[in-house]
Amino acid sequence: MATEFHNLQELRHSASLETKVFIQRDYTEGTVCRFQTKFPSELDNRIERTLLEETVKTLNSYYVEAEKIGGQSYLEGCLACATAYIIFLCMETRYEKVLRKISGYIQEQNEKIYAPRGLLLTDPIERGMRVVSFTVLSVQLEISIFEDQGSGTSSPSSSSMSSTGSAR
Amino acid sequence: MSAVMITRKVRKWEKLPGKNTFCCDGRVMMARQKGVFYLTLFLIVGTCALFFAFECPYLAVHLSPAIPVFAVLLFLFVIAMLLRTSFSDPGVLPRALPEEAMFIEMEIEAANGNVPTGQRAPPRIRNVQINNQIVKLKYCYTCKIFRPPRASHCSICDNCVDRFDHHCPWVGNCVGKRNYRYFYLFTLSLSMLTIYIFTFDIVHMVMREFLLFLIRRDTQFTVLEVLVCFFTLWSVVGLTGFHTYLISLNQTTNEDIKGSWSGKNRVQNPYSHKNIIKNCCEVLCGPTYPSVLSVVIAASAPFQNVVLRLQKTTAPLIPNEHTPDDAKPSIAASAEKSPSPREEHPPAPKVPPLASPETDVEDKTH
Repeated sequence: MATEFHNLQELRHSASLETKVFIQRDYTEGTVCRFQTKFPSELDNRIERTLLEETVKTLNSYYVEAEKIGGQSYLEGCLACATAYIIFLCMETRYEKVLRKISGYIQEQNEKIYAPRGLLLTDPIERGMRVVSFTVLSVQLEISIFEDQGSGTSSPSSSSMSSTGSAR
Repeated sequence: MSAVMITRKVRKWEKLPGKNTFCCDGRVMMARQKGVFYLTLFLIVGTCALFFAFECPYLAVHLSPAIPVFAVLLFLFVIAMLLRTSFSDPGVLPRALPEEAMFIEMEIEAANGNVPTGQRAPPRIRNVQINNQIVKLKYCYTCKIFRPPRASHCSICDNCVDRFDHHCPWVGNCVGKRNYRYFYLFTLSLSMLTIYIFTFDIVHMVMREFLLFLIRRDTQFTVLEVLVCFFTLWSVVGLTGFHTYLISLNQTTNEDIKGSWSGKNRVQNPYSHKNIIKNCCEVLCGPTYPSVLSVVIAASAPFQNVVLRLQKTTAPLIPNEHTPDDAKPSIAASAEKSPSPREEHPPAPKVPPLASPETDVEDKTH
């Protein structure tokens, strides 16, 4: 275990961990899809609290709508059962419709709010509905390569990247 | 210096580690061992074929033509449910990407603090309160995630499955959140089909002088059908009854076997609505969850290529003076070409596999 932590320390320097921030799932209401509205401290100086909480709350409401068990879901279920679920080859399920709305909403949020602040919001479905991930983008790409050619002794060249990606 | 663009639409299942097999462009997903599934298919199709060939002509004429019609409909429904259960994604949770895994590691590290060398690290458990009950979320060392409530790792398929029920070899797949209702409908309809064929076989034998039945050659198939149905009845009807009981309590087979919610001192089931009808409705008429594996991502590796080239460059640079100008436009160009946000993988060395202090193997066979 100790050696593995040692490797992790090294990884932390070479990989850019601080560029991804994750908001985890909130399981307090059971297995329904819900994300925590707690504001991550890494984004403190990047975006206003209210904007981020608003985004997460809207996403949560979309998921509640998708997973709602009511008249429409019963009707859909019974109709599908009666046709041995073949109807799903032609018809889009309610969940899929809501997922399309969600991806449209995320795209709109990225364009209007997050990209101007150098952030990128990833659709949770691309992460297995486990996390809402924010990628912190930066304009400049700093790449420094050190190689000591002047002295006789050979020193190992190290290249380190301090940020990934570029904002458009 | 130019960046080489490699853009290819890669479905997530192509990158998915785990012991599943895929076909039909990722639409069909099964476990590796399919032998028992083929046996199931053979038994059902074979018995029904014999029934249609030997029983139905007589019964249609002497009793009612509705008998074979209903049998055909029931047979088609059984096959549809079987194939749907076997071929669909049970609700596999994809493994954590490196950044997410490292993020979780850091959180665990922060929570545990400094562990003195030689001492075992505390088990990785997160406590969550659901409906006023404390539920423990275990960490999966294979998938590098904290498993959501009710999820479990199937050692046969080597995946974490959401709302894991059990791995069914008869169906050749895991039974989880996405295909549990199809599995239940399969067992229910198969019970009905078995009882149906059994009943009409007996009726046929009674109508055609039972005593001669065992001797006559052309009736031996009927006897065979009766035997198959008799032995199938006990197991399938029993299984249907068991799952009906589980559904009414909103429990999974996994939870029942482990005794998660039974016993006085244990936590009561926080997912149950305490109402049989509500529980049944939730499990059988709930929403149809999408498969996260079928989300298409376009994987492109231009960024990695650029980085590799820069690493190999030996041109002397004064450190921190300025960014290499020829690198900037190529990166900008490659970023421009990508139509939607990409998953960039920084060239981090491989995370060493973490040894688990306790074995976490769940082997649930049907």
